[in-house]
Amino acid sequence: MIFDIYSISSDINMENRSIVSIADYGKEKIQYLLDMATEFEAHPNRQILKGKVVATLFFEPSTRTRLSFETAANRLGARVIGFTDPKVTSSSKGETLKDTIKMVSNYADVIVMRHKLEGAALYASEVTNVPIINAGDGSNLHPSQTMLDLYSIYKTQGTLENLNIYMVGDLKYGRTVHSLLMSMRKYNPTFHFIAPKELEMPEEYKLYCQQNNIKYIEQQDFTEDTIADADILYMTRVQRERFTDLMEYERVKDAYILRADMLGKCKDNMKILHPLPRVNEIEYDVDDSKHAYYFEQARNGLYAREALICDVLGITLDDIKNDTSII
Amino acid sequence: MEQNKENMMVAALENGSVIDHIPTDKLFTVAQLLQLRDCKEEVVIANNLKSNVMNKKGLLKISGKFFNEEEISQLAVICPNIRLTVIKDYKVVEKREVLLPDTLTNIVKCANPVCITNNEPMKTVFYRKDKDTLKCRYCGKEQKLKDIKLK
Repeated sequence: MIFDIYSISSDINMENRSIVSIADYGKEKIQYLLDMATEFEAHPNRQILKGKVVATLFFEPSTRTRLSFETAANRLGARVIGFTDPKVTSSSKGETLKDTIKMVSNYADVIVMRHKLEGAALYASEVTNVPIINAGDGSNLHPSQTMLDLYSIYKTQGTLENLNIYMVGDLKYGRTVHSLLMSMRKYNPTFHFIAPKELEMPEEYKLYCQQNNIKYIEQQDFTEDTIADADILYMTRVQRERFTDLMEYERVKDAYILRADMLGKCKDNMKILHPLPRVNEIEYDVDDSKHAYYFEQARNGLYAREALICDVLGITLDDIKNDTSII
Repeated sequence: MEQNKENMMVAALENGSVIDHIPTDKLFTVAQLLQLRDCKEEVVIANNLKSNVMNKKGLLKISGKFFNEEEISQLAVICPNIRLTVIKDYKVVEKREVLLPDTLTNIVKCANPVCITNNEPMKTVFYRKDKDTLKCRYCGKEQKLKDIKLK
């Protein structure tokens, strides 16, 4: 079993509705958030958070995630405070995380935070009654990315059930693939793990699949034929710094690059996802393919994050459906 | 015969605690944990005693010492399944097997250097995953009991 402890965290934070992890969310809760995101996609600009203050505390730099959260807050009428560089905050003077969170809790209705230390968001949620949204804690968890991945899959496939999901590239260190794997456990997926030996899916996640009756197939070949049966092709970046053996890196670095000519046999409904930033693992000629979905995926992050912010503030799906503040 | 002598040793204690069934290789680790070097009360440290259950075992008898739950949790981490006997007025008032608790609060240090618990003035929390594995509440990393460092 892995990460079952986070179910405990959500129990503890019942009163303040923090989102530290969604790995323990059931189908009902996931569907609820997907329905919320769908509403926000139909009408992303509202005043439903008018008068609210959203703090974005980025103790570690992040471009996409921060912009997405801040856009979500702004488009719902909230005001945003925060910082993007801990060097300019009191953290650099030695202030503890607890003190920073306690201080900001006096000003904000919700705190979105990213931190380089693992478990930082969970700890923050324990020291304040203001809801915390984990925007990434080191290599540990990144629930809003998982939520937007789920929304992208749901939107493009019409369901989360019984899908063939191919994960390609760095499956060892890729936080997003681990989170997605766990969140899909109740939807009867079949995973294909395509990675070089050095970056293959860690044993603990394979064990997790076995314990949860999740089917998976491991392979190292990444060709037109091996991806022909995919519904979702989830690409990740193979980074040089992850390799202990640089000769191995040189050998495999070009083996996990997706090119347009590899899409000839793929299923009509297949979509390519990538958490971005992309470097060279998806050739630019793929961008024009109908299967390319990674930029839309990033846009879906806006709707997913609008849903998460509202959920932690206690705004319900009914509130959103009956919202009269749509612009 | 050996068993009788051991019983006599325990029975001779007026007030205090007896820790029995200590693995022989852990005896001095436990003695160090309990800071017995500085203890001014009567202390008996016995090792390589014959045991039906463990073949050989260690035993500590400490006069005037009564363990709190935190100390018992620490003992459980160092060597699970030891037996603790509490004696008052020459009578055994409590005898229990010390088992690893489900939750350990501020007993164990996380081995993950980028865990928040190693970078903030805060308590650690570990959950028992199985008989020889603990899991950090915060970073989720698992550790084997044999590799554990106490906080």
